[in-house]
Amino acid sequence: MGKTIAEKILSNRSGTDAKAGQIVVAEIDYVMVNDVTGPIAFREYEKIGTKKMFKERMVLIPDHYVPNKDVASAEQAKEMRVFAKTHGVDNYFEVGKGGVCHQIMVEEGFAAPGRLIVGADSHTCTYGGINAFSTGIGSTEAAVAFATGKLWFKVPETIKVELTGKFRKNIGGKDLIIKIITDIGVDGANYKALEFHGDGIKNMNVSERLTVSNMAIEAGGKAGIFPFDDLTKEYIKDTVKGNYVPVAADPDAEYCMTLKYDLSEIESMVAFPHLPSNGRAVKDTNVKIDQAYLGSCTNGRIEDMRTAANIVKGRTVHPDVRFLVVPATQKIYRQMLDEGLMQIFLDAGAFISGPTCGACLGGYMGILAAGEKAVSSTNRNFIGRMGDKNSEVYLAGPEVVAASAIAGRIITPDQMEGC
Amino acid sequence: MEKIQGKVWKFGDNVDTDQIIPAERLVSTNLTRLNDFIFEKVRPDVAGKVMKGDILVAGKNFGCGSSREHAPLSLIQAGFSCVVAESFARIFYRNSMNIGLLLVECGMDAKEGDKIEVCTGSGKVKNLATGKEFVFPQYPPFIAQLMECGGLVNLVKEGKF
Repeated sequence: MGKTIAEKILSNRSGTDAKAGQIVVAEIDYVMVNDVTGPIAFREYEKIGTKKMFKERMVLIPDHYVPNKDVASAEQAKEMRVFAKTHGVDNYFEVGKGGVCHQIMVEEGFAAPGRLIVGADSHTCTYGGINAFSTGIGSTEAAVAFATGKLWFKVPETIKVELTGKFRKNIGGKDLIIKIITDIGVDGANYKALEFHGDGIKNMNVSERLTVSNMAIEAGGKAGIFPFDDLTKEYIKDTVKGNYVPVAADPDAEYCMTLKYDLSEIESMVAFPHLPSNGRAVKDTNVKIDQAYLGSCTNGRIEDMRTAANIVKGRTVHPDVRFLVVPATQKIYRQMLDEGLMQIFLDAGAFISGPTCGACLGGYMGILAAGEKAVSSTNRNFIGRMGDKNSEVYLAGPEVVAASAIAGRIITPDQMEGC
Repeated sequence: MEKIQGKVWKFGDNVDTDQIIPAERLVSTNLTRLNDFIFEKVRPDVAGKVMKGDILVAGKNFGCGSSREHAPLSLIQAGFSCVVAESFARIFYRNSMNIGLLLVECGMDAKEGDKIEVCTGSGKVKNLATGKEFVFPQYPPFIAQLMECGGLVNLVKEGKF
C-alpha cells in the first residue's frame, strides 16, 4: 500500500515506515514560536535543564502584541528578545524587520516543500500550501523541540480533496476553504490531514493555496497539504533557505474520505458568527458592518492587497465603516508602496498600519465594541474573537472585504454597482 | 490506577480556546493567575468558583482554535482535575497531555452539579447522581507513559524521549 504526503514526510523524518494511526518521534526541520507562546516555551526549556539547543532550527517571531501594546506586552516581547540574545538564536525577527509569523516563515524560506515544521501557533499548517508538513503545537512541545530537535507525532489519516475547474472572477481560495469547513464542520478533519489533488490546483496561485492550508485547522486539521508544482517552485525560488525535496503522494495511497469540488461552482462565501463552519453564499445575506479588516496570516499577502486595491480603486470607504488594511510583513508593506497600492487605499479613506496580528485575535489595533459587526479576511469568528463578547465577526476573502468596505454591508464585488 | 471524583461544570460543543482564556489575557505577567480570567466572556460564573477536583464535562471538539497552552494551564490553575468530552481538538489534546491535565474522551450524560467518578484504570466514568456508567478507550502506550511521567518535560528529563 502506498503513502500519503503526511505519511511520507513523517516516515522520512522519523526513519520509520510510518502509517496512519502510529505514533512516531520525528526530527523537525524548524520550530517557531511567537511572543505569546514563546515565554512559556522559554520557561519549560529552562526546566528541562539541558545545555543542548538546536538553535539553527529555531525561529522566534514576535507578532501578536508587537509593536508593544502596553507594559505587560512590552515585558513579554522583551523576554523573547533577551532569550534570543542570551542563547544566540539568530533567527529572531525584530519589529521593523518581520511581521506575521507564518508569512515570515514562508518569505524567509524556512518553510519549503517536504519539510517537517512545527510552530507554537495553530496556523502553522499554512506551509502545506507549499508542500510542507507543518502543524501547530504547544509551548511545552516547542521547548522540547528546542532541546532535542525532535517531537512526537500521531501519523494522521488523510482526507483527499479533489479540485477541478477554475474560480470565477472575484472568487478565490478563501471562498473554497470556507465552503470546505462549512461542509465538513469545525471538527471534520480533527486529528486528520487534508491533501489536495486535481487539475484545479494549477488554477490556484500559491498565495491562495496558503490561504486554504492556513484554515485547515479551522476544520480541526493537523495539516492541509498541496502538491509541489512549477508555481510552487517559482514562488519560493528567490527566498528558500537550503535544499528541499518535494514530496508527492503515491497513486495507491489510502485515504479515509474523498471530497470533490469544481472550483467554477464555488460562490463568494462569508462565515457567520461564531464558527468558521457557518458559511453562507454572500448573495443570500444582508449584513450591515461597522468595520472591514484586510490582513492576517490568512489573507495579508501582496496578492490579497492587489485584489482588494483593484476593487477599492477610485471609490470611497462607506462613511459608517472603518476599513483597516494590515499587510502581513514589512516586505509586503514595501511592495504596496512600490506598486502604488498605499495611495489607492489612502485615497479611499482606509487606515493602513504596519504588520501585527493585533486585531485578528482581539488584541489591539481595531477592537470591536459591543454590538459592532466586522467583515474580516482573518480566520476565526469565535465569540468575542475581535473584541467585546457581543461583537460579531464575519469571515470572508479579500474581494468581499474590499467590496463591503465600500458598500457598508457585506456584498460581493459583483454587487457593487452604484457604490 | 487513578480514581477521581468531582462536581460537574457542564459545557456544550466546540468550546474554543478563546472562550477558555481570551487572547487579551495572554501576557506573561498573567501566567500565574490565568484562572482569574477563565471563561470570562461566556461564563463569568466560573472563575473563582471551581472547587479543587471539579470536573469539566463537554461535548464535541473541546479546545478548538488556538494552540495557546494557556488554555489547559488555566483549567489546571482553576482547580479542574479532569476534562471529560465527547472529543477534543488535536492541539488542545496534546497540550493537556504534555502538561499533565487529564483528558477523558467519552460522551456521557451529566448535569451541572452532578458528582461523577473517573477511573482511568478501568476506563470508566460513573455519574454518581444517576448511577449510569460510561466507557472510554485505553490510552495508547506512548500517551499512557507521558501521563505517568507527568508530562513531556519530565519524559525528556528522565531520558525517555
